[in-house]
Amino acid sequence: MTIWLIVFRSLRQHALSTIVTAFSVALAGGLLMSVWSIKQQAEATFTGVNAGFDAVLGARGSKLQLVLNAIFNLEASPGNLTWSDFLDVQSNPDVELAVPIAVGDNYHGYRLVGTTLDFFEKNEYAPGKKYALQPGGSWFDPRRREAVVGDFVARKMNLKAGDTFHPFHGLIFDDKNQHSETYVVVGVLKSSNTPADQVIWIPLEGIQKMSGHDPKMATEVSAVLVKLKADSALAGFQMDLMYNRQGNRLTFAWPIGTVMAELFDKIGWFDRVLTLVSYLVAIVATASILASIYNSMNERRREIAILRALGARRTTVFTCILLEAASISFLGMLAGFALYGIIFTIVAGIIRVQTGVVLDTFKFNLVMLWAPASLIALGALAGIVPAIKAYRTDVAQNLAPTS
Amino acid sequence: MPLLAVSELKKSFLTPEGFHQEVINVKQFTLNDEVHMALEGESGLGKTTFLNLIAGILKPDDGRIIIAGQAMSDLSELERDRLRATTIGYIFQTFNLLQGYTCLENVLLGMSFGPGADKAFAETLLQRVGLGEHLKHRPRQLSIGQQQRVAVARALANRPKLVLADEPTGNLDRKNASKSVTLIREVCRENGAALLLVSHDREILSQFENAQEFGDINKTSREETSP
Repeated sequence: MTIWLIVFRSLRQHALSTIVTAFSVALAGGLLMSVWSIKQQAEATFTGVNAGFDAVLGARGSKLQLVLNAIFNLEASPGNLTWSDFLDVQSNPDVELAVPIAVGDNYHGYRLVGTTLDFFEKNEYAPGKKYALQPGGSWFDPRRREAVVGDFVARKMNLKAGDTFHPFHGLIFDDKNQHSETYVVVGVLKSSNTPADQVIWIPLEGIQKMSGHDPKMATEVSAVLVKLKADSALAGFQMDLMYNRQGNRLTFAWPIGTVMAELFDKIGWFDRVLTLVSYLVAIVATASILASIYNSMNERRREIAILRALGARRTTVFTCILLEAASISFLGMLAGFALYGIIFTIVAGIIRVQTGVVLDTFKFNLVMLWAPASLIALGALAGIVPAIKAYRTDVAQNLAPTS
Repeated sequence: MPLLAVSELKKSFLTPEGFHQEVINVKQFTLNDEVHMALEGESGLGKTTFLNLIAGILKPDDGRIIIAGQAMSDLSELERDRLRATTIGYIFQTFNLLQGYTCLENVLLGMSFGPGADKAFAETLLQRVGLGEHLKHRPRQLSIGQQQRVAVARALANRPKLVLADEPTGNLDRKNASKSVTLIREVCRENGAALLLVSHDREILSQFENAQEFGDINKTSREETSP
């Protein structure tokens, strides 16, 4: 109890330097935990999101671009493929389900994706989970200008069943590019926490035959989402060989998770830089703990001498200084968790808005144990030098005056 | 057996010029249980050094100090700390109160390293010295006289057998100095503690039945010897 009283009083007596140094620890801890946690959770989530499909077939180009466009509704389509390409892959005996999609229009920045009802009725976006409508809604009629709106878009644009809207040409919103067609919202998707929430779904023909589109597009699709039969172990390899090696017109992006993992490999340098920055901040924070306590040692000598005169052992004053340094780190880490919460929530919010993928701020990650433990240990380590100085304090000399 | 027995005690310090200057050379000195004694002497005679040696804050070059049957000079530093924490109370000239702590906490610290914190006893001591309503005040919120009374309460906090007082009235005016010494003696008597007080103030010393010139017991050569 006495040791903690001494530590607490000392922290309070040096409140300003305690706050400043604790803040630098908070910055290091918060940054480290955020970078680590966001990176791992994003990688696990993005490589796990496949909308229930194994592969994407699209025009010749980058597999990553194809997946980002078809699964995450990001990036532009690398090109189109013909209706007969779709029929070919659909009739492949190893394919369980093939769903065509077409993109090229938006509504106030939210992407319109044309597809068939198979996407909703035959596909499970996660094992045992199918897309569902909110009460009062229905799926679109493929022959009509009807739309099913993703949950996120519906909330942001305040769209509900019965509302009408005009699509805009292109993937980026420009109010000069409004199409003349009027679409009626017939249903709103229940939230699935997948990219489907960020999209307005309309019949495939709606995109294909939208006024102003190239007439050639009427018989083309942007990509085909492919689900392979579970018992066809080699189907993916065979189709990869057929489309990517033997053919030169189309790209078969398979498996989707591996393609997404390549993205994280490509941007790996970014989180390595951020991690390095947080390590540097941790070093600076440790050094600032050392400097702030060390610089106050002169004014503390008399206090230490008094404590020693009252019977405190050298090891007691040594421990007090060590615990004070560790306590600054501990307080810093408490603030670090708050900072982590803020950074994670902001980043997760941006990812949610951009992709529909939801990251969980409160999901446990081992970094939440080792980062605080390491920083508190570093703090204690920083306390060793001033603690040695406290240990060596000459009692008689510092109990001036003498008579 | 006396509470405090000092024999052949020697202590010298190295001067900036590199010579050893003898500061303490006490052949024999004793103090019995519950006895109050004052040592008188001018500044610079080594009175504080003598008290620091008795308290185990300084280690003698030679000689023995036996307190409550334990030879302080034979003990390790750790054991000296323990003996000081359990047996000795110290009142300093400048009080040496910890400024970041309340009066109560200062007194609690006086017992924490020895018998352990006893809040009720700490409060009783502060009430006894007239500071019952200032438990949560910090030293700087008190007058000099009040601060000195906190120092007295702290010195008694570990229920010591021996209280050392180094010029305890040095910062007080004459009227308060006299009252202060009376209080110290009363509190020591009530708690069964012996008192060894050093001062240069003859008027204060006149309050003691046992008063001695420090120079009579400390026979230093006052000569500097080569290293």
